[in-house]
Amino acid sequence: MPEMKATRDAFGETLLELGRENRNIVVLSGDLEDATRAEYFKKEFPDRFFNLGIAEQDIIGTAAGMSMNGLIPFACSFAVFLTNRAYDFLRIAVCYNNRNVKVIGSHGGLSVGEDGATAQCLEDFAIMRVLPNIKVICPVDAIEAKKATRAIAGMKGPVYMRLGRPPFPVLTKESDEFEIGKANIIREGKDVAIIACGLMVSEALTAAETLERENIDAGVINMHTIKPVDEQAVISAAKETGAIVTAEEHQINGGLGSAVAEVLGQHFPAPIEMVAVNDTFGESGTPGELLEKYHLKDKDIVNSAKKAVKRRRTG
Amino acid sequence: MSLKSTDIDSLIEKARHFRREILEMLTEAGSGHPGGSLSELEVLIALYYYKMKHKPDKPDWSQRDRFILSKGHACPALYVVLANRGFFPKDELKTFRKLGSRLQGHVYTGVPGVEHNTGSLGQGLSVANGIALSARIQGMNFNTYCLLGDGEIQEGSVWESAMTSGHHKLDSVCAILDCNKVQENGPVKEIKNEEPILDKWQDFGWHVIEVDGHNFSEIINALDEFDTVKDRPTFIKANTVKGKGVSFMEGQAKWHGKAPDKEQLAAALKELGF
Repeated sequence: MPEMKATRDAFGETLLELGRENRNIVVLSGDLEDATRAEYFKKEFPDRFFNLGIAEQDIIGTAAGMSMNGLIPFACSFAVFLTNRAYDFLRIAVCYNNRNVKVIGSHGGLSVGEDGATAQCLEDFAIMRVLPNIKVICPVDAIEAKKATRAIAGMKGPVYMRLGRPPFPVLTKESDEFEIGKANIIREGKDVAIIACGLMVSEALTAAETLERENIDAGVINMHTIKPVDEQAVISAAKETGAIVTAEEHQINGGLGSAVAEVLGQHFPAPIEMVAVNDTFGESGTPGELLEKYHLKDKDIVNSAKKAVKRRRTG
Repeated sequence: MSLKSTDIDSLIEKARHFRREILEMLTEAGSGHPGGSLSELEVLIALYYYKMKHKPDKPDWSQRDRFILSKGHACPALYVVLANRGFFPKDELKTFRKLGSRLQGHVYTGVPGVEHNTGSLGQGLSVANGIALSARIQGMNFNTYCLLGDGEIQEGSVWESAMTSGHHKLDSVCAILDCNKVQENGPVKEIKNEEPILDKWQDFGWHVIEVDGHNFSEIINALDEFDTVKDRPTFIKANTVKGKGVSFMEGQAKWHGKAPDKEQLAAALKELGF
């Protein structure tokens, strides 16, 4: 069993380290710093921490203003509130103005669990990736979350990063490279390529092992950056395998699957099967139960991979 | 500090000329927002010709006072004031709203002197707060002014931000309300009454002042009073007339977002004494 650790925990620890290294880092919170782990920063740097209350629009607008004098604001709350509630502010105050604001949405995806549909953010990739100027990132594990947090602090411009609530399996190593916009191939395969992000990468790896036993050689790509999506990685995977599966804790419309399909359609058409929440809201349940019920498990990826392979073979 | 009556006279004369330039640029563009541009003009002139620290030849001078136009549709007046102040060539005013121009239809940072793009209402005050908080963190002493419309403050986000300014005692923030009483489809008080406006801002922790928004002495006194207020932000309710200075536009909702044609422009300029 791999080590388990939540990406939000790694984010909170790294944000604190960054706070020690760079006094321009400031943090804004929508009264959820306990949950987003921004409280680690708050405890050591109360003068650079602002809980603006339950007011996501105000948080994003204030963050935009703070960035105008060289500060690097991290605006932290639940993914669902920051992206959905404050969308117009993200569009104008942050993206249109191209402000150096880091938008951190924790509790992304179905794996939020028992809080149910209103808390489960399943549309953030879609609505954030259509905005110009911003980058959209979803780290696969705690180690990558640490690297991603450092990377976004070190680059200029707006970023949205989605984090998860429950512990995720730690799949990467400290020595692995992380570069925004550059996918990581975790497993090579010649029959089908599974392109996944976040928690779904570990499901994809389990699926690849099952497929191997059935003589299907499946590769797994960790597409941690949803925007800009790594076009070359998608095109290469399609050329090498001719069959693509995407997997994400997100609505089937508009997210990673759509981003990959856009690349395929424009550059190298190939069959694609998408593992995602099928245009419905979630509900209360444990993360495991929800992934099962909404068909986001390794076996769902296996089925999709077989379909993709079959479509390729039959044309 | 107070101004001599001759100085006030020169500001009044500026306002008359600027009204002409606003109307001319709107007619040239064929679209735009005259009502709010004409109502806010004296406030902008008082800020840029009397109150604010700024350097037109160095728009990003770090010690400058900041101005956020939250009612971004009323940019014609700001563009005219900035051009006359020397931030960019006046000749460019005629490119307003045209393809390729930096004079975008809603206030835009491509224009020297503009700090922030707005256009979706209800965003500017949060940005102003953020600027003021960053100044506090970084030990800088400039002030941040934010101009809001009275239609605009129907946006709930304005009140989120008003609460933040009050809670954090942002005494370097001065919000000015261009209270022209008319929004796109009629009188504000009929669409959604906001009065008593001063009480609301006071309750949110603001020092409040009410002025005639077309009277330079009153505006200037209020801006000077803002300097003396400590530990709370200042809210200036500037009572104005939508479409001020052009009789057929005054108080008329239909002139919120419509440019005068050439005949209407000629009639307006005649009224203004040109």
